[in-house]
Amino acid sequence: MNAWFSQHRAALVRAVRRLLASPLNTLLSLLVIALAMALPLAGYVLLDNLKSLAGHASGNQQISLFMADDASRKDSAEIESRLKQAVPGAWRFVPREEALKRLQDSEGMAEIVASLPKNPLPDAFIVEPGERSPEALEALRQTFSQWPKVAHVQLDSAWVKRFDAFVRLGRMVVALLAAVFCAGLLAVTFNTIRLQVLANAAEIEVARLIGATDAFIRRPFQYFGALQGAAGGLLAGGGIVLALRWLAPPIGELASLYGAQYALAGPHALDLVAVALFGALLGWLGAHLSVSLSLRQLG
Amino acid sequence: MIQGSNLTKRYPGGFEALRGVSFEIAAGDMVFVTGHSGAGKTTLVKLIAAIERPTSGSLVVNGQNVAALRDSALPYLRRHFGLVFQDHKLLFDRSVLENVLLPLQITGFGAREAKKRALAALDKVGLLGREKAPPIALSGGEQQRLAIARAVVNRPSILLVDEPTGHLDANSAEAILDIFRDFNRVGVTVVLSTHDTQWVERYQPRLLQLDHGQLV
Ligand SMILES: Nc1ncnc2c1ncn2[C@@H]1O[C@H](COP(=O)(O)OP(=O)(O)O)[C@@H](O)[C@H]1O
Ligand SMILES: [Mg+2]
Repeated sequence: MNAWFSQHRAALVRAVRRLLASPLNTLLSLLVIALAMALPLAGYVLLDNLKSLAGHASGNQQISLFMADDASRKDSAEIESRLKQAVPGAWRFVPREEALKRLQDSEGMAEIVASLPKNPLPDAFIVEPGERSPEALEALRQTFSQWPKVAHVQLDSAWVKRFDAFVRLGRMVVALLAAVFCAGLLAVTFNTIRLQVLANAAEIEVARLIGATDAFIRRPFQYFGALQGAAGGLLAGGGIVLALRWLAPPIGELASLYGAQYALAGPHALDLVAVALFGALLGWLGAHLSVSLSLRQLG
Repeated sequence: MIQGSNLTKRYPGGFEALRGVSFEIAAGDMVFVTGHSGAGKTTLVKLIAAIERPTSGSLVVNGQNVAALRDSALPYLRRHFGLVFQDHKLLFDRSVLENVLLPLQITGFGAREAKKRALAALDKVGLLGREKAPPIALSGGEQQRLAIARAVVNRPSILLVDEPTGHLDANSAEAILDIFRDFNRVGVTVVLSTHDTQWVERYQPRLLQLDHGQLV
């Protein structure tokens, strides 16, 4: 146990020494690793924010129910009574005249509306159902479209679904990005360690001649890779946090222009720890592979 | 302790450096492997240390057949030996002390115990006080002593030494050989190769005389 501990401590000390021995190299490697990790991390944070943004927005989901052109007030009254029975929640009738008037009021539309021979807009109901799960909304849409003189039912949450699909795609892109950059990180570590092994070939030869196991020879390199990966991960996380802090005021301003309140969410402390650990793991693995290959080639 | 029988070593390229060599070395022996340059002395030392594998024949060290040993077992076999190479194989980017610490780190000594042992080993070879120096600052004889300190620091039962007097004047050579005799006197088996037979009289070792790869 004592021997085990002292061997690991010695390996760790040597790894730190090697990191500090060539600060410029270390810094460059760290930057490359941090960049490789920052890109997927940024994607992840972005998706996280988009998701919570969608969560905000999906609070007021509506179903618009448009009557047929030839529907009379009586038909509308029929729908109204059906709504009374069928739907728990709020709904509002928008007569075609009111819809036209609103359209007229909106900027630049007055002339266009005036040039129309007749009111092209149908009567409509705006329904805000109590139950808002996508399934329940979809079921309502189905029911409404069966009703007489109903021309078209529009689920305003359709964009939420589309957005959801978009986020899912985004997540796949981020995962792919992460995989690519992980491979990059592995390659960078592999190469750095390979150069180090070559630079330390004499020492490795002597160590093997006097009874060092491969595990002993690999150990300081593994620590080196793990430390470098962890530091790179922390650097990436720190960079993202700084970038978010820098972006937060303009985004808050933008949100307030739309009458919304929105604050960017950064990565959690736990996320940063996870990124550092992941970086350490990849660095360790890259070093392990690199030294193993070199040792096999040294014979 | 070490038994070779019918050992043959053919190097890649076909040259037979050793042919049908059989010998037995007992615990506590002091053995000189002698012979002209190219006789196969270094090859024999390398076989015993399992740095090279015999092409045929068997070699048993401490009851283990070295020829049949798996690669992963070699490190543990080598820890029985203290090896002193002809070219010393010192690490010039480390201090004298750190060179001697290396075998102890490999076997896993704690830092304090390791330092104590390393200083004791340096004391035995007369290098105490030079532990902070870089090896490059040492003379040829001192580098040889440092290599010896590194070989003995793990208290091996067998010392394998290749041409320790090669580049030394007679006085330095004698001082070095005296160190090995002292270790032998306290029970360490010493196998030492040398092309120089002038030392045989002084140390009265057992002789393994090689001539063109065969024992005489
Ligand atoms: N790695 C090798 N490959 C091919 N031939 C070798 C190799 N090592 C030694 N030899 C040859 O084997 C013979 C014995 O070498 P060696 O054992 O070094 O002799 P000595 O140490 O007695 O001078 C020499 O002729 C040498 O050229
Ligand atoms: Mg030789």
